[in-house]
Amino acid sequence: MCLAVPGRVLSTAEVDGTLMGDVDFGGVRKEVCFQYIPDVGIGEYVIVHVGFAIQRLDEHSARETLANFERLGILEQEFGSIPEGVNP
Amino acid sequence: MKYLDEFSDPDLAQRLLDQIHAATSRRWAMMEVCGGQTHSIIRHGIDQLLPDAVEMIHGPGCPVCVTPLEIIDRALAIAARPEVIFCSFGDMLRVPGSSQDLFAVKSAGGDVRVVYSPLDALKLARQNPDREVVFFGIGFETTAPANAMAVHQAKQLGVSNFSLLVSHVLVPPAMAAIMESPTCRVQAFLAAGHVCSVMGTAEYPPLAAKYRVPIVVTGFEPLDILEGIRRTVIQLEAGRHEMENAYPRAVRAEGNPAAMEMLRDVFEVTDRTWRGIGMIPQSGWRLAPKYRAFDAEQRFDVAGIRTAESALCRSGEVLQGLIKPHECAAFGKQCTPRNPLGATMVSSEGACAAYHTYRRLELVDAT
Amino acid sequence: MTDALTDALQPYGDLDFESWVCPAPLRETPSVVMGHGGGGVMSGELVEHLFLPAFGAAAAAELGDSAVLRLGGLRLAFSTDSFVVKPMVFPGGSIGDLAVNGTVNDLAMSGAVPMFLSTAFILQEGTDLGELARIAQDMGAAAAAAGVQLVTGDTKVVDTASGDGVYINTSGIGLIPDGVDINPRRARPGDAVLISGDIGVHGVAVMSCREGLEFGTAVASDTAALHGLVADMIATGADLHVLRDPTRGGVAASLNEIARAAGVGIDLVERQLPIPASVQDACSLLGLDPLQVANEGKLIAFVPPESADQVLATLQAHPLGQGARRIGTCVEEHPGMVVARTALGGTRVVGMPIGEQLPRIC
Repeated sequence: MCLAVPGRVLSTAEVDGTLMGDVDFGGVRKEVCFQYIPDVGIGEYVIVHVGFAIQRLDEHSARETLANFERLGILEQEFGSIPEGVNP
Repeated sequence: MKYLDEFSDPDLAQRLLDQIHAATSRRWAMMEVCGGQTHSIIRHGIDQLLPDAVEMIHGPGCPVCVTPLEIIDRALAIAARPEVIFCSFGDMLRVPGSSQDLFAVKSAGGDVRVVYSPLDALKLARQNPDREVVFFGIGFETTAPANAMAVHQAKQLGVSNFSLLVSHVLVPPAMAAIMESPTCRVQAFLAAGHVCSVMGTAEYPPLAAKYRVPIVVTGFEPLDILEGIRRTVIQLEAGRHEMENAYPRAVRAEGNPAAMEMLRDVFEVTDRTWRGIGMIPQSGWRLAPKYRAFDAEQRFDVAGIRTAESALCRSGEVLQGLIKPHECAAFGKQCTPRNPLGATMVSSEGACAAYHTYRRLELVDAT
Repeated sequence: MTDALTDALQPYGDLDFESWVCPAPLRETPSVVMGHGGGGVMSGELVEHLFLPAFGAAAAAELGDSAVLRLGGLRLAFSTDSFVVKPMVFPGGSIGDLAVNGTVNDLAMSGAVPMFLSTAFILQEGTDLGELARIAQDMGAAAAAAGVQLVTGDTKVVDTASGDGVYINTSGIGLIPDGVDINPRRARPGDAVLISGDIGVHGVAVMSCREGLEFGTAVASDTAALHGLVADMIATGADLHVLRDPTRGGVAASLNEIARAAGVGIDLVERQLPIPASVQDACSLLGLDPLQVANEGKLIAFVPPESADQVLATLQAHPLGQGARRIGTCVEEHPGMVVARTALGGTRVVGMPIGEQLPRIC
């Protein structure tokens, strides 16, 4: 369940009292409802499910997670194994 | 797509797999709750690449699969009415009711339309004031805010020819019900990432403590799933049972407060029957009294429906993780995606459909 | 026969159905559903269990894109196709382009030089004449570009309640050169599986303007006539085994049909599939598999391994084949089944689509 994808906010506007706007998904553009992220800004990334932005995407967190994956093998090379309790 | 494609990188996937293999020293059984996670695991072959000692038990997190038969039959009856435009997500169209599905109703002249968003259904209602537009509001907590907004807007704008057929189900009560089952083999959960995007993570530490199971909030792309599994194995090996967030880019502890406020306004908790599993108390949402006027079950008198499940179908046992799809005698024979007996064979997230679609090679070789 | 089919045939009591052979039951529904038009399993069943038993042995003999017939000393390819696309005009073309290019391509997939087309219209009362004129213009232009002649046709009008815009059927005749024997049953273990370019383009272009799903995209339909490309491939002298244009049901449907017809297995390599980011993004958004999305100006070729490099180079040298790639191999294992090695190194079966492709939320 829950096919939701990240996209970049292109524009916002009030329509019938609801905050709507356009989101760019790597070249595909779709109209999205922003009522649940009312302070959303242009250029921000959001997670979209059935035409609704349900959460912000934390770009810093995304980059950090990928960097952690990159480091995985390296930590092991340095220490021989990952110390228990450490989430690299 | 940015922030999506990077999480499929095969080289990073291999590193995560290596870590999982290195960390696993004994047999573990964990359940991925969400059907989207099941689909991703099977589709990318992750289950084949994990250590043999790590078993993925596929959970009931497929709202299409668990929508009660009675509600499907009611949907079919409503959709057949000439004044109704029946709108639904694509997933629901082939789910079998007692004797037919929405495609068959369409074929017999029913106005059945697939929409991407519930707001599309509301738009149709405004464009067709002489018709009754009904939206099939299924889903977990992820989809509920969208459905809530549609009915909230209908009320604000006075769109009286719009109604919602509601069948929402909640994840944490289902996880508890699974752990309460005497035949439960689940030792840990990968929690449903996008459900938590909406609801936050507060519901999980009590579950983790009560049942002594690690609960790792996990995403859907291959790297996310592997990371969820990695962290789960580390906890299991260390004898810990905590809630962890392995999907921080999309999940915050507090969830989405604006969405949760709307959910509190529009829905109230109710007992819900999960198709194939049975009644789980307080595991569903229905429209709150002030929105009852928009409840399709109230608006359309569809009494007198006799529901009947296939006697052969063992969806329930699959949904509870008690059997694997290919252990059901009807799998691939009387029951195929082409001719599904139960909902787990219909939705691409259903475990039976995933196995039949993607895993026939091994299952054929094994016979 | 199933109860549903027996019931449906009741009014036709004097016809003899006993000679119909129905090896597997039709689904238990007495009427046509949208899935029967999807190009997948349901379409196949309708043909196999309802039409073929009625039409006799000749129809069953050739289930390729076109029929190969002998007339005098000539080998002719004869094909027909109907076009019911909505919306009728979409980025990159219209139903008119599809109607000409679709039949030209069906003929080309037998190695034939397409020559003559017929066209029949079923028009819904109330269709805008300006739109119809645009479609006719597109057909004329496509025919001229393809070097084929539209030589005969028909027009019928149905009342508003019975129709849904414009339905076009085109049928075509082409001449097959000597020595060319291209047929789905000729696929052999060891054959290289080639595709002439990007996957999923047409389907995404059409979906992007379909009511209820609209999304903005730069993707435009890849509709094109492929007989020139095929002629170049034949001119290499390579022994082409199979050609197929993967329209309805996408690459998945075509490969499954060929695997079944020839009794071979097919191994695909996911990393080799040329799926443009724009198609992948649209599919991710809607929850669709690009391998099941329709293509128009693309072909799949099965060629003996020793000819693979040469045919691939020939494809890439042609304007319509610049994105050509080798995507897999025919194998002896798992006959009738298409299996892909995933990017992560696992395997998954690429199944036959069942009915219509639908966007999903799960």
